[in-house]
Amino acid sequence: MLPGNSACQGCGSTLALRWVLKALGKKTVIVNPASCGCVYVGLYPRTAVSVPYIQMAFAAGPAAASGMVGGLEAQGKKDVTVICWAGDGGTADIGVSSLSGSAERNTNYIYFCYDNEAYMNTGTQRSGSTPAGAWTTTTPLGKKESKKDMALIMAAHRVPYVATSCSSYPADLYGKTKKAKLIQGMRYIHILTPCPPGWRFDTGLAVKIGRLAVQSGMWLLYEVENGVFRLSPPSRKILENPEKRVPVKEYIRAQGRFRGMSENEITLLQEMIDSKLEKVAELDGKPLFF
Amino acid sequence: METLILTGNHAVAYAVKMARARFISCYPITPQTGIVEKLSEFILNGELEAVFVPVESEHSAMAACIGASLTGVRTFTATCSHGLAYMHEMVHWASATRLPIVMAVVNRTIGPPWNIWAEHGDSVSQRDTGWIQLYTSNHQEAFDTVIQAYKIAEDPNVLLPVMVCLEGFVISHTAQPVILPNQEDVDSFIPHEPWRHIIVDVDNPITHGNLQMPEDWFYEFRFLMHRAMDAAKEKIVRCSIEFEKIFGRNHGHLVEEYKCDDADVILLSMGSLADQAKVAVDVLREEGYKVGALKLRAFRPFPEEELRRVAKRTKCIVVVDRNLSPGKGGALASELKATLYGFKGMPIVIECVAGLGGRDVTLEEEIGLLKQAFRVMEEDGEPSGIIWLGLK
Repeated sequence: MLPGNSACQGCGSTLALRWVLKALGKKTVIVNPASCGCVYVGLYPRTAVSVPYIQMAFAAGPAAASGMVGGLEAQGKKDVTVICWAGDGGTADIGVSSLSGSAERNTNYIYFCYDNEAYMNTGTQRSGSTPAGAWTTTTPLGKKESKKDMALIMAAHRVPYVATSCSSYPADLYGKTKKAKLIQGMRYIHILTPCPPGWRFDTGLAVKIGRLAVQSGMWLLYEVENGVFRLSPPSRKILENPEKRVPVKEYIRAQGRFRGMSENEITLLQEMIDSKLEKVAELDGKPLFF
Repeated sequence: METLILTGNHAVAYAVKMARARFISCYPITPQTGIVEKLSEFILNGELEAVFVPVESEHSAMAACIGASLTGVRTFTATCSHGLAYMHEMVHWASATRLPIVMAVVNRTIGPPWNIWAEHGDSVSQRDTGWIQLYTSNHQEAFDTVIQAYKIAEDPNVLLPVMVCLEGFVISHTAQPVILPNQEDVDSFIPHEPWRHIIVDVDNPITHGNLQMPEDWFYEFRFLMHRAMDAAKEKIVRCSIEFEKIFGRNHGHLVEEYKCDDADVILLSMGSLADQAKVAVDVLREEGYKVGALKLRAFRPFPEEELRRVAKRTKCIVVVDRNLSPGKGGALASELKATLYGFKGMPIVIECVAGLGGRDVTLEEEIGLLKQAFRVMEEDGEPSGIIWLGLK
């Protein structure tokens, strides 16, 4: 990832892509369905990446990646890693059929969802991945429905590797990407990537907001490797040391998009997170599905 | 060389096998499924060395072909009707990326109501996507055209994807003798040299598809697609001539004339109706009528000069369209009239819409239509709107 790309200031997604590409190296091909990535990679004829980068139609990322994997396989080229770099709308909404199909076929590629929790490239419209309570231009009073849990949906496909990460935890993301690179078959990594303009916070706070998401337990970092669920160190830390857990209110109140949430709603959210963490503690180190 | 009795679908599958497609992706839809079923069998028993990706939709099938074609391998898919409509976005994507993908379209009606039978409306509605469209009227032609399609698509001056169209059931599910050429002849006719304009290569990384501003090059890219269509016209003709030299068959180049030289009335159509029109012409010639049949092979690129050349020699062209653009009429008639307009000595054009939803178009109906054209000419030569053949 070269300097001088056309991302917004403080973009969590570009930060994540930098670490992903560091981990994967030069023999990588990126398929990028419609998303912020189409813009921040650069306007024609410029580009901000030094690996092949193929723009793709919104719903078609995983299928195009499947074709690319097949084309390379047909020619016996085995040393190239194909990845799909998609936003949350392209993953949870319009691309979900194609993504699910590629997982069912256990296509040999890595799918990265960079999750900024709304359609940010088109100006912040709600997606299936927008959390409840968040303002977007199509949920002016806050989204009523919950966030679609794509990582668990993908784990239910029994693919060899599923992980969550966050752009504020580069070591976590780098390590998981490195690990994924060595695994054969379909690998899915879901990265929470804070978005200053869409989430309504100062551009200098992108790393801090992501950390609050994890420290509050709002966003969990984990892996599901061959079906076994394992918390990653940053999330295990807040589970094992409840005193280190940040109240979710700090995360919520740090962003303009949740300004419509009442104290009551935040209390309810805190209760939901507490109960989620209790269940997660029981699951840690165990198979996720029967 | 051998002759096999094959369905239209199997004829296409054999052609794809002999063209040595390396990547196939498909989603099932009637009446196309016979093609990929046969191809799966070829791959399973080792007759065809290819990667087969059974995807979750036609949209994904074309996306997968695009992904594979970007790595430089020969690709194939097949679909029709709702599948083609669902694929539409990626149909544009394939041609604008200038990838030489070949797709069989087993023409079928688009619902509702559900209707699985023949109609050209599915591929005709993809007219403006930048794909070359070749229509075939029998099994041998379907086989031969698939082979030719790869040569046309992969030409460096063309680099556009090709749809090979054959009507559902009428061709796909009936059987005829099909001559299969020698593999070596096919190999030398279509040697595979990967296209260089866009290949995913980690040693020579490129970015494809980045956002363009109006003052950049988008307009020029589309202009170049149009120029490539012009080049395709020439290529289709050259390819057809070369094919005849090696394989001894010719299905017409852009159009096929049948007894058109001295004809006062010519019946123009695409697909199987064009084959039947030849029989109608023979019957009427016996009765002393000077009639001819004209088959349109290439709908895109549209053979304007060839059609004008034939039109100049005749008094009336009757166009039978197995498709309908509600509010206008048949697509071929519209295109023909636009092609003839403004040139001197052009014949009258009678428009006829027929065979929608797979309704049978009989030989007698085609004969009646040609006779009706003579009556129109005798009266005042003014065609009066669309003739709806066989409408209840």
